Amino acid sequence: MNKKTILSASIMLAGALVASSTFAAEELRLLTWGGYAPKEVIEQFEKETGIKVKVTKSNNEEMISKLKATRGAGFDLAQPSQDRVASAQQDFNIYKPIDLSKIDSSQFISSMLDATRGQSTVDGKVYAVPHVWGSSGLIVNRSIAADVKDYTDLCDSKYAGKVTYRLKRPTLIGFAFAMGEDPFAAYSDPAKYKQIMEKVGMKLTDCKANVKAYWSGGDAMLSLMRSGETVAAMAWDAGGWKLNSDNSDITFVAPKSGALGWIDTFVLPRKTKNEAAAYQWINFVMRPEIAAKITESAGNFTASKGSDKFVDAKKKAQYQESFSASDIDNIKWYPPVPTGLEKIEGKILDRVKAS
Amino acid sequence: MSKSSMPKSVTSKTAQSVASDLNPPNIDLACENICKQFAGFTAVDNVSFTIPQGSFFSILGPSGCGKTTLLRMLAGFEHPSSGDIVIKGQSMLGVQPNKRPVNMVFQHLALFPTMNIEQNIGYGLRRLGVAKPEIVQRVAAVLARVGLAGSGNKEVGQLSGGQRQRIALARCLVLNPTLLLLDEPLGALDLKLREHMKIELKQLQKEFGTTFVYITHDQSEALVMSDQIAVMNQGKFEQVGTPHQLYYQPRTAFVAGFVGDSNRWQGVVDSSSDQYLSIKTSDGLSIKGAPQNAAILSSGEAVELFVRPEAINVSREPQAAVSDNQFKCIVDTILFDGAKSQIIAIEEQSGGKITVILPQTADFYDLKKSDDLYLQWTAGQALCFSVDNLAIESADETHSVSEG
Amino acid sequence: MSAVTVAKKIRLGLWLLLAPLFLWLVLLIILPHFELLAFSLIDPEDQGFTFEFYLEFFQEPLYWRTFLRTAVMSILATILTLVIAFPVAFYIAKMLRGRSKGIVFAMCLIPFWVSELVRTFGWMILLRESGVISNFLQWSGLASGPVELLYTDATIMLGLVYTSMLFMVVPLVSTLDSLDDSYIEAGYDLGGSNWDVMREIIIPHAVPGIVSGCIIVFMLSLGNYLTPVLLGGKDSLWFTEQIYTQFITRFNWEQGSAFGLLLLLLSSLIVWAGLKATGQSFTKTMG
Repeated sequence: MNKKTILSASIMLAGALVASSTFAAEELRLLTWGGYAPKEVIEQFEKETGIKVKVTKSNNEEMISKLKATRGAGFDLAQPSQDRVASAQQDFNIYKPIDLSKIDSSQFISSMLDATRGQSTVDGKVYAVPHVWGSSGLIVNRSIAADVKDYTDLCDSKYAGKVTYRLKRPTLIGFAFAMGEDPFAAYSDPAKYKQIMEKVGMKLTDCKANVKAYWSGGDAMLSLMRSGETVAAMAWDAGGWKLNSDNSDITFVAPKSGALGWIDTFVLPRKTKNEAAAYQWINFVMRPEIAAKITESAGNFTASKGSDKFVDAKKKAQYQESFSASDIDNIKWYPPVPTGLEKIEGKILDRVKAS
Repeated sequence: MSKSSMPKSVTSKTAQSVASDLNPPNIDLACENICKQFAGFTAVDNVSFTIPQGSFFSILGPSGCGKTTLLRMLAGFEHPSSGDIVIKGQSMLGVQPNKRPVNMVFQHLALFPTMNIEQNIGYGLRRLGVAKPEIVQRVAAVLARVGLAGSGNKEVGQLSGGQRQRIALARCLVLNPTLLLLDEPLGALDLKLREHMKIELKQLQKEFGTTFVYITHDQSEALVMSDQIAVMNQGKFEQVGTPHQLYYQPRTAFVAGFVGDSNRWQGVVDSSSDQYLSIKTSDGLSIKGAPQNAAILSSGEAVELFVRPEAINVSREPQAAVSDNQFKCIVDTILFDGAKSQIIAIEEQSGGKITVILPQTADFYDLKKSDDLYLQWTAGQALCFSVDNLAIESADETHSVSEG
Repeated sequence: MSAVTVAKKIRLGLWLLLAPLFLWLVLLIILPHFELLAFSLIDPEDQGFTFEFYLEFFQEPLYWRTFLRTAVMSILATILTLVIAFPVAFYIAKMLRGRSKGIVFAMCLIPFWVSELVRTFGWMILLRESGVISNFLQWSGLASGPVELLYTDATIMLGLVYTSMLFMVVPLVSTLDSLDDSYIEAGYDLGGSNWDVMREIIIPHAVPGIVSGCIIVFMLSLGNYLTPVLLGGKDSLWFTEQIYTQFITRFNWEQGSAFGLLLLLLSSLIVWAGLKATGQSFTKTMG
């Protein structure tokens, strides 16, 4: 055998290897939150379609940072919150418009689909469809701190060293509402917004002594509440319900000034490699019975029409206990964040932390 | 120590050494029944000795004989299991190494590599709290005395092996110790330098008048330098004496074998007379020898017999006026080493090898392999030891030249 | 002629040998830093050259104070680690022999078989208000109520020292191992007390180990992210956290890059100053 044949043989072999790795295992690389792609659902999807799902768990900021770093590559489908779609697209151009014709819109609660479409439109193109929605509010141990009804009650000296919240933008927004401001209305007016934020920053600085620790991961918050080290927290509703299942004294409470409503969406990263699989996944998880499974695992409800009846009765009861009809009306839904606000918030948060 | 007290101690020291010349010597070190047991074995077994002031005392023994343990007990790094160490009339039991009037030159000298020469020598003085100007002065003085004036600023690495040796000595001697312990300090030097340092060490010891306790496994070092040598084996002192005594009147077979070279035979006593013993060796020779132990050797008793190569007379013809022993041999090998050349001869009758010194006379100028040779020695030069004394010696070393 | 080809071959061989090192340096060290440098100096708005991100560090007290705090805490952690690790290392290197030496050394290593995250959570379980130590204190009657031991600077210090221990012990053990016992004995023999021997003989000998250990521990502490954030709680201001925040939550890569390079620069400066102050040189220590 001469050198040439060896060479050509090895090139062919290498080519075959590359080809097989590309074609053999069709793959969906999903960038999402914890609980949004439970194992059971993935297995069913793989069985039905033969597509492997690779899940990377993340949060809003990390999702955007990751996509920013790769200029929209590395994942086939991502799930940022609705308010982080339009601004991130404008600033960093990391998403790809969604072809709504490939989405089975009959599976969606139409009002939510419309709302998300409206808020994620940039230059006339739609970038997101809704998936899971929920709210931030208060988790309260009612046996000890039943009178914590609004965000600012966390600063009550009665509970000094016994409360916890995040040092992130939802806290700023929540406190602003509780202090009688409307930060969402000021989104378009940076000067006004800055003024509100400074006021909130001052409040949070004063409140710092009350805080046991600023939580960052959901599990840290859950263990603080479960162990009784804290008696009230600002956190997600799902967390409250999870705690409620273990200890009926603890539950999620919609604050007087309104819970903060968010919708996590589906977006296509700009350099998605398997768009078809992404659409398949969206249509798959929006089936009512599948969506109910996700509600089970994530703790939050989805935008899937009719999934309610597949959801466990206990979950519904917890939901109804936390939200009266007027509480639901009072939910403040996050509008898209305009560019620049994060810098203002960042400075405030830094100062609170350093105080 | 104050600045003024120092010259005083120097004068008192010289006064003492003058006194020692007139009176019976002062005892610097007395060891009384020292034992040292380690888990499972006895390193030092009931050793007692005294060292007079100003003498050069060597402890000679093979490795593992316990000499290092003994020295380390003198320095205070080990504690005797029983017995007492008395230095200048003071018991050293319970006295820490840094409080003893004893300094040690380590095997690899242990000059501190992080300090220069001056700092190395000044280390001990700093510990005594001697004032800085005085340290400088005393360091310079001791450097001058060891012949290295002006090298105080050098680093340890810049000095040759011999120079380091002298610095290690100076570092101890500057403290005027009662005893200076030396742990085979010449071991690391090459042969030529070692020969040179032997003489230099002896000279420095004389100059300083300090009592030296020197341990070594090299008999030549011990013989050349020492006033007194203790031969140590298996934790015990076999013999203490002057180099001359050890060489010419060894009291045990071990000393005879260890100090100097010897031809060695094993045998049994054939008959005994007033003048000599008749020994039948294991290879069939009949040798007349002189008993060395006080014990009377009777017929049939096992003995070991030593004859030094230089004690054997060599001739090419048989000697008519025969001395006590004469054997006909054939030259096997000539080991030429100038004045120290040796002949290894094969005894005709037994086939055993005998080593003798090659006489530097015209008669032997053309000596070559297979030439005939006649060896003679008197009974007094064939030292016999009863085998009881050397039960510990290995039997397979029979009839070979022990190298000491 | 053949001599020339041989020389050429040798040169080629040398290059091939150097290639991995060269690639490693360029691809993994130099290139990323150039990228950071470019980010930190270019204004994203108009693509022009700007120093604004560096100025921001000096103008905003929050940032340079955070850095100062991080540096001071790291220095303190380094000193504490040294003070604790030295006796440990001395014990391992000089007091223990054979098997027990290996066992004690392995004990220092065991914490590093789990990830830093797990280690830090371990401390949190021990120290939190509802944790093991607090419960023990209450049980034994030493405390009347729950005791919170987390979320203080002392806790951060504890975590940093614990995390850094091994990196101090290893170089110290290896330098102390190389110190022949006869030097120590000579130190006593010539009249030195324990303290004299420690100060004049053991410590000067261990200096290279001390310096390299200190550099490693200082850099590790300065660059640590998890320990201060998790153990420090609400007051844990740490400079790496700032960098993380700039990159991840603020999407402000320019500021993050500037901070990253400043951290590199200022920490190198501190190490250099430390070496100068103690009369050491980097090459002497590492070589």
